[in-house]
Amino acid sequence: MVSSLAEISLGQTAKVVAVEGSRAFRRRLLEMGLIPGTDVTILTVAPLGDPLQIEVRGGQWSIRRAEAAQIQVQK
Amino acid sequence: MRPQLVLAGNPNVGKTTLFNALTGSLAKVSNYPGITVDRYKGELDLPGGVVADVTDLPGTYSLNARSGEEQIALEAIGGLDGAPQPDVVVVCIDATQVARSAYLLTQIQELGARCVVALTMVDEAKDAAPDVPALRALFGCEVVAVTARTRVGLPELVAAIDRARHKERASVWRWTPSPALRAHLDAVREALPAAWRTGHGDDALALWALTCVDGEDELEVPAELRNATSGRTLDAQSDDEAVLARWKWLDREVPRLLAKKQVDRRLTQRIDRILMHRGLGFIAFLGVMTVMFMSLFWWSEPVIDLIDRAFKAAGAELHGRLGEGIFTDFLVDGVIGGVGSVLVFLPQILMLFLFLGFLEDCGYLARVAYLMDRIMRTMNLHGRAFVPMLSGFACAVPAIMATRTMERRRDRILTMMVVPLMTCSARLPVYTLIIAALIPGSGLTQALLMVGMYVFSVATALAAAWVMSKTVKPLKAKRLPFLIELPPYRWPRWRDVLRMMWSKSSVFLREAGTVILACSIALWALLYFPRELPADSPDYDALIERAPTDEAKQALKDERQALQLENSYGGRLGHAIEPAIAPLGFDWKIGIGIIGAFAAREVFVSTLGVVYAVGGEADEASEPLRTALRDAKKPDGTRAYTALVGLSLMIFFALACQCMSTLAVVKRETGGYAWPLFLFAYMTALAYVVSLAVYQVGRLLGFG
Repeated sequence: MVSSLAEISLGQTAKVVAVEGSRAFRRRLLEMGLIPGTDVTILTVAPLGDPLQIEVRGGQWSIRRAEAAQIQVQK
Repeated sequence: MRPQLVLAGNPNVGKTTLFNALTGSLAKVSNYPGITVDRYKGELDLPGGVVADVTDLPGTYSLNARSGEEQIALEAIGGLDGAPQPDVVVVCIDATQVARSAYLLTQIQELGARCVVALTMVDEAKDAAPDVPALRALFGCEVVAVTARTRVGLPELVAAIDRARHKERASVWRWTPSPALRAHLDAVREALPAAWRTGHGDDALALWALTCVDGEDELEVPAELRNATSGRTLDAQSDDEAVLARWKWLDREVPRLLAKKQVDRRLTQRIDRILMHRGLGFIAFLGVMTVMFMSLFWWSEPVIDLIDRAFKAAGAELHGRLGEGIFTDFLVDGVIGGVGSVLVFLPQILMLFLFLGFLEDCGYLARVAYLMDRIMRTMNLHGRAFVPMLSGFACAVPAIMATRTMERRRDRILTMMVVPLMTCSARLPVYTLIIAALIPGSGLTQALLMVGMYVFSVATALAAAWVMSKTVKPLKAKRLPFLIELPPYRWPRWRDVLRMMWSKSSVFLREAGTVILACSIALWALLYFPRELPADSPDYDALIERAPTDEAKQALKDERQALQLENSYGGRLGHAIEPAIAPLGFDWKIGIGIIGAFAAREVFVSTLGVVYAVGGEADEASEPLRTALRDAKKPDGTRAYTALVGLSLMIFFALACQCMSTLAVVKRETGGYAWPLFLFAYMTALAYVVSLAVYQVGRLLGFG
């Protein structure tokens, strides 16, 4: 099932299907290695509900919900 | 010419530690021309008595750029736009994140640079570390595993650098562009300006220009380059092609070189379970911030006092030896006082950067941005702006320097523009004096008013950030992804932290300190000259001679000093601005105080002490000064300073940029006069308008 990364629940892992959004945004995510086929895990949610802490390729990143919503993933 | 080496790599891969280990303690900090990013340069001894220059580049994940700051790495590696062509590029590859750090390497190799890979974090990767010979075969360049901490691998790295610098430069591509992209590349390559040609890396530069220069960027590139790419918008497929192709190669080649074991990140996970926890994490955060703030506010206080006293003592000693005279006053009050006013900032700068360096290197500072993002974002501020804003409660000068922890210029400048609104410790003596002298009511009311001033400053700072991010063009929020790496927790190296502390402090002394010193001497002269008293004034020398008691002598001296100040250029300026500040409820005496306070806000108190002839040693607790303010009369016999005037004055001090040191440091951090002038203009205008409104509305309502 395809949904956005923002809809994945805590602790779950999903596979990237596509990265949307503006050119600069998309390229930055792709360059971090968030290319289609990559596994992403939601590790924690910040105390105020945003941003999210995700794990990609063994590295950990902070990403805002609005930005995670532009990443399509397969559960 | 000396061989030029460049050190490149992702953030958080131990690049700076390696740089410090390679270059010893001889690194110099300067600015990249035009942009305020620190450039660290050091020297390295190569075999055969050759000394090479080493430049530590800002950490980056990619050579693609959206701004002048991100462009630094490309220009340094490609030797573009006047930068020297580097002989060797040392690329740091993190043994725990090989694929991601090798992405940058693929870009650097496409440019045709001679690369040497320093494999860092080997000790952390342990059994999961990749096999060095296999990496060497894959990347086609020298690979040396180094542990900068123990210096293991450093001699081998230096030898590898020395071998590499004699090789041919060759561009290496791990992928073949599609025919569509190829056509674009050929066209742009032909149009590259001379400063953007390297011969071996022209295709890579054409690709960079095609993907980065698009009219919405903030890059500093020659117009010819812009022309070459205009009208060549890549479709999404060609646009992503290079990135996807590089990753395809990395994903195919790298995993088989890695040991099957996973990198052990259990420690980081365990710490994060507490520090990133919804409840506990917040409590821990408040604890860390409290300690940091207390250290700025309280712990640096004794050292500041010590510096203050030492300079006063030195001044008094010199005064005693040289005797009375203009030159003595110049040396004692102008020069020594000026140097003192620069050095008093050092304890807080050192303390703040000790904390920042520690928190940054152990990995917590990135998490502060994560925890605070939700709050700071509503004002269009970066999550990392939290620490500078908090530090602003102690002093704006170190706080403005701390904005360097943010990568984007826009975030840094917006933070610098609002930090001076926070209630710094120099405002406290002013508030204390005004509240004690002019605000009636119990201790509780007075205490509440003081708290109110703090709340007011936070509210205005946040509101100002929001308004400016909506209205001032260079400060408008850009839709860039807020991706922050949360690096694994690591124990910081004290040497790196201390080195950064020292480099920040020396930059402050060298670049901002000189401006502050010059301004304080100028301000001293403004309030000192001319020395002649008005013709109708009494003969003070004779009066003092005849005075019966020491108290009477002192009173006469104070009176003379007051008259001299009133007659000085600064005093005349105070008179001259009276018509402008009268609608705020201020008279010329406050006018002089405001001019004097430009040296530092607390000087307002001692300047008023001189004006009211109670002596220049008066502080905020001085009872004679408080009484003098309370009893001051207008020409018509009514009270000069009512509670409403006091309130208007406090608001003026809360909002006005009454601090030349802040302006000097903003000038240094933004690299020009435009932003400090903007800061001064907007804060002064805001202070004037709000004080005016408070005073006039208060009078309409029947107060004062």
